[in-house]
Amino acid sequence: MSKDIRIKKGLNINLIGAAEQTTSKAVLSNVYALNLDDFHGITPKMLLKQGAEVKAGEPLFYNKSKENMLFVSPVSGELVEIVRGARRKILTLKILADKTQEYVEHQKLDIAGADAESIKAFLLESGGWPFIKQRPYDIIADPEATPKAIFISGYTTAPLAANADYVLDGKETELQAAITALVKLTPGQVHVSVGKSNTSPLEKLDGITLHKVSGPHPAGLVGTQINKIDPINKGEVIWTVSPQDLIILGELLLTGRFNAERTIALAGSIVKDPKYYTTKIGTEISTFLYASGVSQDKFRLINGDVLTGSKTNPEGHLGFYNNTVTAIPEGDDYEFFGWNKPVFNKISSTRALTFSWMQPNKKYDLDTNTNGEHRAFVVTGRYEDVFPLDIYPLQLLKACMVKDLDEMEQLGLYEVAPEDFSLTEFICISKQPHQQIIREGLDLLHQEIG
Amino acid sequence: MKEKLHQIKLKYRGKKMAPAFNAIHTFLYSPNETTHSGSHVRSADDLKRTMNTVILALVPCLLFGMFNAGYQHYSAINGFPAEFSLFEHFLTWDNFWLGAITVLPIVVVSYGVGLAIEFIFAVIKGHEVEEGYLVTGMLVPLIVPVDTPLWMLAVAVAFGVVIGKEVFGGTGMNILNPALTIRAFLFFAYPTWMSGDQVWVHGAVERTGTADAISGETVLGYLAQGSTEFAYSLSDMFYGFIPGSVGETSTLLILLGGLFLVFSKIASWRIMLSAVIGSLAMGLIFNGIVAAEWIPVYSKFYGLMSFEYWQHLLVGGLAFGIVFMATDPVTGSQTNRGKWIYGFLIGFMSVMIRVFNPGYPEGVFLAILLMNVFAPTIDHYVVRGNIKRRMKRLKTATIHPKVTDGAEALKTETV
Repeated sequence: MSKDIRIKKGLNINLIGAAEQTTSKAVLSNVYALNLDDFHGITPKMLLKQGAEVKAGEPLFYNKSKENMLFVSPVSGELVEIVRGARRKILTLKILADKTQEYVEHQKLDIAGADAESIKAFLLESGGWPFIKQRPYDIIADPEATPKAIFISGYTTAPLAANADYVLDGKETELQAAITALVKLTPGQVHVSVGKSNTSPLEKLDGITLHKVSGPHPAGLVGTQINKIDPINKGEVIWTVSPQDLIILGELLLTGRFNAERTIALAGSIVKDPKYYTTKIGTEISTFLYASGVSQDKFRLINGDVLTGSKTNPEGHLGFYNNTVTAIPEGDDYEFFGWNKPVFNKISSTRALTFSWMQPNKKYDLDTNTNGEHRAFVVTGRYEDVFPLDIYPLQLLKACMVKDLDEMEQLGLYEVAPEDFSLTEFICISKQPHQQIIREGLDLLHQEIG
Repeated sequence: MKEKLHQIKLKYRGKKMAPAFNAIHTFLYSPNETTHSGSHVRSADDLKRTMNTVILALVPCLLFGMFNAGYQHYSAINGFPAEFSLFEHFLTWDNFWLGAITVLPIVVVSYGVGLAIEFIFAVIKGHEVEEGYLVTGMLVPLIVPVDTPLWMLAVAVAFGVVIGKEVFGGTGMNILNPALTIRAFLFFAYPTWMSGDQVWVHGAVERTGTADAISGETVLGYLAQGSTEFAYSLSDMFYGFIPGSVGETSTLLILLGGLFLVFSKIASWRIMLSAVIGSLAMGLIFNGIVAAEWIPVYSKFYGLMSFEYWQHLLVGGLAFGIVFMATDPVTGSQTNRGKWIYGFLIGFMSVMIRVFNPGYPEGVFLAILLMNVFAPTIDHYVVRGNIKRRMKRLKTATIHPKVTDGAEALKTETV
């Protein structure tokens, strides 16, 4: 069964430096690290002390509020450092990798015969659970909840992001294993969306409801697809998994090993040879960044894509959920009369002496300059053009800013994640931090309503 | 210069005068700010560019207004040329010179007073100088009569910027359009000066009562007095060779400015289109009343009511108001559906007030100010529609109880 979804509202941001579809093996990193900011809303409780020896897949810490939710080490080695910040908050866990990797061997699960409870218990114990995220609140799924559906988006529209069709290629067995397990976790359907090109390995899987999606970004964001297929109501729960994590989940279920290997895209105009690398979660970014080479010293390195990623540096580590690393120029320079000159080299959603509308397929080299200063919301009607969800974006943002819980709820905050507002943030004339506003709104709602 | 300004900026960071300096700095150079979180790249547009686009659309109206100020003045004295030629009678240095010395001081006072207040507020409140006044300052000279005394204008601008905008928190927070607040202040504070048949043509006021007296009556003024005999043809009205506020007369240039704003996606075409439809609808209703002979010819409303419905768009400030004032995103409706209602009512009310208020035959600014007040209400109901849809969906929601909920329920039962 296949249903077509056509998204009309949106904007494709074409950037220079898309990853070429060849994969190299990245050199092994000495130190691997888990950045705890990746696990939003989790209060970690350490299971091991600094200096302890760990195997790959061995639990490092657990979630304070859900003690059976374990977070495991991506590699085997020595837990060399627990980096703490203000008020002793744990920021990063660093593991010095062994030469030969040893894995924790879990009991293999008979996927076909297992029930939901045993699958949940297996994933929680083996460290696969954090790959499952939930909406509302865009956090790691609550294992006690039952989702009405599970969504997986195999359609990539984000600028320079790793192409899902390419990174999933040849992994059908693992994907099928993960899907078979996920199907058991929900009484509803497992919705999988792919592009129109018929090249996705996800298409042939059993047990899914397939959707063919077309249209500009944000058509590939799972939030857009949820809103079009089966929107979330108050009290309902939907789980989402990104497709590249299905591979790790599938392998975990099939072999009993937590193998943190992942194919990632290194992209961006700064990268001399943008392409794909196979590496592991938590690897030091310099291990593959300098293999491709950078064309200048000063650049912005992003863990993720340019719209939703987080700032990092070559000594930083690949995020838990990221399969894209992007390097773009920093834009910390002044531009003479930048506000009234005609603009040819930047993307714009208007035609106010900006000419990106004339060449929709031209590729641009954008930098991190904000192209203007932070202002109050002034212009109206612009966000709606790039926001395909049946939600009033400006009104929802304002409700979050004034912390009006009733309004937030009624205007549909349960349905969105910060990434859904990445495109409105991109075009925002007042340069407001939309994703941050939504994140804070979600946190407040979660805290107040639970 | 770039380096020097950067050094000064760093030196004064956090100081009281920093916003004032930054305002000038960012005017010269777009700032070196980079993204920190969220979207790492941003589109090319900012508020300055948006405002600048509106100003670009207004410049033709301003230039035309200057020529027209001279043209109306000399024509009122010497009589209108029998054979009108654009280059011989309109685009002349005499006209431009007279227009320049009458209109430019208004522009200077408007920007000078307004921006000074903006800077003072920014320094006191410690926020950046916001760009809202760039457009307001340009709109004000275009919607006042050419002979407005500068001191009146200065008082009105001060009132409009402080009461109309700053007390609400500055650009983006105001309820009423600041330019129209200024216009309304002028009208209600100095009614004898701001209405009547003298103020619209330069020199008419000071010649009143002398042998050289000239008339500065507008088309609407004639109509309000029940007179349908005036010297202006339809093409005069369309091209704008008629008396009126400085920038409002040329429907052609307003139309071009409006098209430019719609094309550049800066102003809402929904508001413009629905306002035009609204004004045509009201005009048609009045024409229908006249055609049905429900009002007698000697009625004081007859002149304006019988005025051909579509010609309302050519005279007075209706076109200018629709294109440049009603589309103000801050004070207008913010939802797309709301914009249709908001625009329609502006057009509808403008013509209604125009006809029923012959004492001052222009209703556009009052209609827009009125709808400014109602815009949040319109939005409220539009947004309610979305919420209702969501609530309806909620009825069919499939909410699964938490695993532990069931267990706890079971526990209480057994106990």
